[in-house]
Amino acid sequence: MKIAIASGKGGTGKTTLSVNLASFLAEQQEVVLVDLDVEEPNSGLFIHADLIHEEDTFKMVPDWKEDHCTFCGECQKVCNFHAVIQLGEMIMVFPELCHACYACSELCPTDALPMIPKKMGKLKHLKNNRLHFIESRLDIGEEQAVPLIKKTQKYISEQLNGSFIEIYDSPPGTSCPVIEATKDADYVILVTEPTPFGLHDLKLAAETMKELKKSVGVVINRDGIGNDDVFQYCENEQIPVLGKIPNDRRIAEIYSQGKLIYKEVPEFRLALEKITAHITTLCEQQNHS
Amino acid sequence: MKEIVIISGKGGTGKTSLTAAFAYLGGKDVIVADCDVDAADMHLLLQPDFADSDDFYSGEMAVIDQLECTQCGKCADVCRFDAIPIIEGNYIVDPLNCEGCGYCARVCPSDAISNVDLNVGKWYVSDIKTGSIMVHAKLGIGADNSGKLVAKVKMKAKEIATEKHKELVIVDGSPGIGCPVVSSLSGASFVVLVTEPSVSGLHDLKRVYQLVNKFNIKAGCIINKSDINTEISIQIEDFLQKEEIIHLTNLPYNENFTKSMTLGQTIMEYPDHHLKDLITKSWNTILQHIN
Repeated sequence: MKIAIASGKGGTGKTTLSVNLASFLAEQQEVVLVDLDVEEPNSGLFIHADLIHEEDTFKMVPDWKEDHCTFCGECQKVCNFHAVIQLGEMIMVFPELCHACYACSELCPTDALPMIPKKMGKLKHLKNNRLHFIESRLDIGEEQAVPLIKKTQKYISEQLNGSFIEIYDSPPGTSCPVIEATKDADYVILVTEPTPFGLHDLKLAAETMKELKKSVGVVINRDGIGNDDVFQYCENEQIPVLGKIPNDRRIAEIYSQGKLIYKEVPEFRLALEKITAHITTLCEQQNHS
Repeated sequence: MKEIVIISGKGGTGKTSLTAAFAYLGGKDVIVADCDVDAADMHLLLQPDFADSDDFYSGEMAVIDQLECTQCGKCADVCRFDAIPIIEGNYIVDPLNCEGCGYCARVCPSDAISNVDLNVGKWYVSDIKTGSIMVHAKLGIGADNSGKLVAKVKMKAKEIATEKHKELVIVDGSPGIGCPVVSSLSGASFVVLVTEPSVSGLHDLKRVYQLVNKFNIKAGCIINKSDINTEISIQIEDFLQKEEIIHLTNLPYNENFTKSMTLGQTIMEYPDHHLKDLITKSWNTILQHIN
């Protein structure tokens, strides 16, 4: 069972929900928590576990071999991303623009552009009792999050038994990194807040998930602030509200210290219990089908 | 012309609320660009009229003509993105996985594959309630190339500024450190970093500042909700001092930001004199540094 925790708007509480839900579930069963917000990974600040594996992650980019090159111009012609440019008797490769499609490399008639690995980030695998935690971190200056998200998911499918519950802390927004982080999920939880910004971005996220044909539930954070429009929207769209987290300065303070909230705030634990009940039902349905 | 970019690394620290407040303070003299094209929210505070709009095309997607396809499978062999699965005996492009590299079309022996331009969003030029103009956009669902749409929005804002003889553009950036952020930073004169004193806020501030540093842009920082955690707030101030980032102000944890947002107002229109004073002072400090 793969559950992605996403939101259109940043800062609504994706990481808060991910780390607390994963830790809460791990009191009873094996759980895999994955931080796929590779640009700004924060889950690790809340999880205390032992490092069991660490690796640099690479993407493949073309490397120009001057002595093989006949300057035919084919590489520049076939690259749709302007990542390979011919300037007189020189080929320039811009790795940050490269999508690793291999077209320039494999269509080069003289093998002058072999693909070589280039470091894009780092993956860590930690474990604490029943909780597995995987974090990937994009190197500063790397612009594309998608290849690293793909690598991370590949690692999980190869290294961890698919029978565990997997929780994906996803990046904010609605563009390509979010699609990559949620497209394999069995269920998506959208975290929002009952404000005009929260509602606007929830709509975008919900439309995106509809496009991906995902079933979704909503968790409302900072309940009590703003207005009722988010609740109204969920009702109209028949999106279940799985839980509500109260608007409480204490929660913001505990979060700021990097601590788990459900251990100190009973209302938060209650919200997690409700969400867990929903997930359990989903798992049972999945096992039946 | 000067360009001020507001970013944060972490989402939800108050970028948009503060950018809107600055837009309000700058009034007629400031052109506004909402470059958080993934989740553009500024229109909820500045009431644009969406007067002028245009489609934005960027990137391509492969389409297979099933009548021409001979099922040789070469396209699927060369595709590195697993974007051409066989569905009910036919090779079909999966739009979610296709990155538009065009490799498949180049190797197809029967010319059955073409590349279509993708409409990835819309951009708008609007009159706003500050008496100025805002350029904003809406990225299509799941679209790639948000960096390019950011570049488009910024370019348009600069064109308008030149045309109207305005000296200042302010840009609301997106969270993270990836392509839209890189795109919003290019050409900036000053960066305002909005952070909060939490373990995540500090962590993300440090990462995004490394990126700002690569561009060698002068930066200032606003610590929002500074009284949530005094200890981390002091750590942030130490970091700012060490990196020679201008500490613009500390703003208290204050629900009036949300209350004014719910009314569709910037915080400058809301009766909270303390917040207004602090934000006005920050704005004046920014103006001193760019002039």
